[in-house]
Amino acid sequence: MTIVLRGVSRSWEEIVGLSDIDLDIADGERVAVIGRSGSGKTTLLRALAGLDTGITGELRGAAAPAVVFQDPRLFPWRSALDNVALGLRGTDPRDRARAMLAEVGLHGREDAWPRQLSGGQRQRVALARALVREPDLLLLDEPFSALDALTRVSAQALVADLWERHRPALLLVTHDVEEALLLTDRVLLLADGRLVHDERLPADLPRRRDDPALVARRADLLRRLGVEP
Amino acid sequence: MATWQLASSTGALPATTIGSPQDVTAAAWVLIEDGQLSHALVVSLRRVVLGVLLGLALATFFGLVAGLSPWGDVLLDPPMQMARAIPLYGVVPLFIVWFGIGESTKVILIALGVMVPLYLNLTAALRGIDPELSEVADTLRLTRWERLRHLVLPAALPGALVGLRLSLAVAWLVLIVSETINAESGIGFIVNNARTFLQNDIIVVGLLTYALLGLATDYLVRRMERRALRWQGGATR
Repeated sequence: MTIVLRGVSRSWEEIVGLSDIDLDIADGERVAVIGRSGSGKTTLLRALAGLDTGITGELRGAAAPAVVFQDPRLFPWRSALDNVALGLRGTDPRDRARAMLAEVGLHGREDAWPRQLSGGQRQRVALARALVREPDLLLLDEPFSALDALTRVSAQALVADLWERHRPALLLVTHDVEEALLLTDRVLLLADGRLVHDERLPADLPRRRDDPALVARRADLLRRLGVEP
Repeated sequence: MATWQLASSTGALPATTIGSPQDVTAAAWVLIEDGQLSHALVVSLRRVVLGVLLGLALATFFGLVAGLSPWGDVLLDPPMQMARAIPLYGVVPLFIVWFGIGESTKVILIALGVMVPLYLNLTAALRGIDPELSEVADTLRLTRWERLRHLVLPAALPGALVGLRLSLAVAWLVLIVSETINAESGIGFIVNNARTFLQNDIIVVGLLTYALLGLATDYLVRRMERRALRWQGGATR
């Protein structure tokens, strides 16, 4: 068991961000967090990333978390390769960064400035930057929401593929229920900072958008979110 | 140029006001021939280079301290803002009392003039660093040095270069003033001497030299900017 949260809360003055969260995430487990805006999804992610020092309760986090944000957040003054290699320790960081860029399909664009890349390509650089560190927990904060529909589908496929090869635990924050069902093994639902629903998906659930079992689960989750499908 | 020459030739522009381009060129040629201009140029350039180097070093040091640490800001920013508010030429008498009328007064005046614009632009640029990128630096667990090298300095560079251009323009202005007030050599000395003997042509040569020097430094900084800020261009979308 890598990650353990017991009674984790976070609040600012009058606003409650997270309230008494109990959660375990196993090695290599893929977890989606869904919920309406302001439900605490991103607060939970930031706590797990170690970016929030104001949380209370017990949190045994990952040893090496890596984050992909909603925007790629690349350093615009560094090439794609340098962005991936940034702060990378160990042997041959640039070679490892180059291999990871190739893995996300950006072979040949190593020297491009972030501005010269498309939105989808930039997000792939951000994915490479996270994965090259061999994280034990990969945190994705609505990483596809700024992409156009076609780019989003291929980026989702890329994430599924990369997880198969590297097998980090994965926490995907999303407002897209379908995306959660396609990419993860377990769906958490947050409302007003509380964990209100925790659903493990059957291992044999077909990960196809038009599969009736998946469509039925999607409808159920949407109802729980208060949306009539 | 043609209008100027025409006005001078027809007498519409008397030589006592300003000489014709022909006269000015002739005067310049004489100054170049006898080595006066090159000697003056070396002397003036030396003052500017020393003053600029000192001013840039001070601005970079104070700017980094004030821009990167809260207590540095509290300690350094008020005196720097005061220095900005005092007209530079107002301190000339005090400097003459302190440092005499030698080279050091001119160099220190230039250094002070240069320091202010770079300091202001550098601190503003450092305060404006994107907090989202700082967060990335946190998640990547960058060391202090890596953060400075890959985030802080490149992010502050565009603002710092704007400050550098303003600073260099100020450097020439201060040079002119300090050389006009007191100098035994340099371009300002030539101009001042020419005034005494009502040699308008030579004054114009001196002014043109200042203008060319100003243009040359601006060109150099622009080239630096283009090279240092390559990442800003070449957008494909």
